[in-house]
Amino acid sequence: MTAAIAPSSLIDYRALIEPTRVNSRLYHDPKIFEQELERIWYRSWVYVGHVSEVPNRNDYVTKSIGPTPVLLVHDRTGQISLLLNKCPHRGNQLCAYREGNRSTFTCPYHSWTFSNTGELAGYAYADGYEGSDKSKFALGRVPRIGIYRGFVFGSFATEGPSIEEYLGGAKASIDQLLANSPEGELELTAGFLQHRTKANWKFMLENETDGYHPAFVHSSVFQVTDSGIGKLYGPQSTALTRDFGNGHTEFDLRPEWRRLDKPLAWFGTTEERLPDYAKAMQASYGPERARQIMIDGSPHVMIFPNLFIAEIQLFVLQPIAVDETIQHVTALQFKGTPDFNRRLRQQTMGSVGPAGLLLADDTEMYERNHRGALINDPEWLTLSRGIHRERRDENDYLVGHSTDEVPQRGIWRHYAQLMAV
Amino acid sequence: MTNRQEILTAQPRAARAGELLGHVEQFLFLEARLQDTHAYDEWEALWTDDAIYWVPANGATDPETRMSIIYDNRSRIRVRINQLKTGRHHTQTPRSELARIVSNVELLNRVGDEIDVRANVFIFEDSLRGETMWAARNEYRLRMQGDDFKMVRKKVSLVNSHKPIFTLSFLV
Ligand code: FES
Ligand SMILES: [Fe+2]
Repeated sequence: MTAAIAPSSLIDYRALIEPTRVNSRLYHDPKIFEQELERIWYRSWVYVGHVSEVPNRNDYVTKSIGPTPVLLVHDRTGQISLLLNKCPHRGNQLCAYREGNRSTFTCPYHSWTFSNTGELAGYAYADGYEGSDKSKFALGRVPRIGIYRGFVFGSFATEGPSIEEYLGGAKASIDQLLANSPEGELELTAGFLQHRTKANWKFMLENETDGYHPAFVHSSVFQVTDSGIGKLYGPQSTALTRDFGNGHTEFDLRPEWRRLDKPLAWFGTTEERLPDYAKAMQASYGPERARQIMIDGSPHVMIFPNLFIAEIQLFVLQPIAVDETIQHVTALQFKGTPDFNRRLRQQTMGSVGPAGLLLADDTEMYERNHRGALINDPEWLTLSRGIHRERRDENDYLVGHSTDEVPQRGIWRHYAQLMAV
Repeated sequence: MTNRQEILTAQPRAARAGELLGHVEQFLFLEARLQDTHAYDEWEALWTDDAIYWVPANGATDPETRMSIIYDNRSRIRVRINQLKTGRHHTQTPRSELARIVSNVELLNRVGDEIDVRANVFIFEDSLRGETMWAARNEYRLRMQGDDFKMVRKKVSLVNSHKPIFTLSFLV
């Protein structure tokens, strides 16, 4: 019975992924992309959205898990849930809007109406359904939802590790992020830019914690803004690359900021220039802890497979096809810090999105990466940088020099586990 | 029935408006050519010191609270131009090949030496990625300086700004 599908599903991932090199086919084979949807996107925990995007009862916003649209709903009972945007009658797309506030959804095709908890509330011309059981026609939903400090993840697998187990060491990075708010909370209120990218999603996944490229890909920005940031990525940098396991990786700049020992240097500013923020932080955390938080700054962490927190921005990677990915990006906004938030938005708008001074060049690399992958020779891509000097840190995570490929090796180790079944 | 000549002599105001429209169009065509040919310094010189260059995302939401694709003040326009001039802004190395049509030019409003103008723009871009078409409704505020204009404000409303769009690294 499985004979018909066997040939296409027999991909030997262990033969395509070695400890320090990967086969180009992993980026461009449509069969591999289909299996990634099955084994990663429609099984693992995937980041969907943030609770601050649906602050009020009956708010909803259209999000996605891979190519599948998902409605993130703050329902009439106060629960956060993830509904599928498909009418159970004959399959019509139910909601055509990006966001809104409503307690019910009515399908435009034959007017079936659903509560925002997913239950069918009523049929049009109900006499035609005499004796049928309405509860059989509820909207589909993402069966498992995990919320860590406001970050909403969904999994199509009915069982598996909890979101906290899955995040593991990356939880500490989210905690570090939220410490930058005097109230310990994020508010993602600035709206997302959507950057369409003609490249496989894994080029983005790998690049987010790649400390080897900025000195070259971003040299034009560093030059014209007189930025010292370039040095953080050079051979002298004391920043670290880290593999948290489960595919989560980090570029840890704290060693550099601690060496500098200046609050808010990570954001290119000083307490004097953000006095309201500095005061609010001191009031919340006490002077000593506030100082440490403002020295350490915000994390640079890639949570597998699609949530990238880049100090001042939040990216969500959405694969659409084997050769197409959408980078959704917004400015981080911290609760209770208007002066800080304004600067976060301004810096974010300058650097990311389709016209961003940084991301336009990263994205150019992704698209060239993809065109390169399509060429067969050489078929293996090398991820060996720094293998001789990687080590374990005090928490037993693998770490390496800021320019080393520790994160990329970690990503592929996890990927192989998910894909080789 | 009146012929065309009679209308023009009967309505000198309309004739003067036509002349102004002609000047504005010439300015917009010049700007388009400087953008199409990557004449960065000459394009930068079209802006006033208090300029705002705005490309909204997701429709025209408030740029002071929501993300825009571009929301540049004068100093960020300069940074953008300087980056293009390094020759290492990879997304424009090699440069996009461009041709744009500026049309439907309307004069909306004139206050003192400033004129509000609207136009539709259609741009064909060829880059390493492939061929991309861009359509926008543009709004300009121009300041008259002698016989010339400067741009005080330019808003480029891409018709698909609420959808995912490719890299936009040429001057739009
Ligand atoms: S498909 Fe939705 S009501 Fe028929
Ligand atoms: Fe980069």
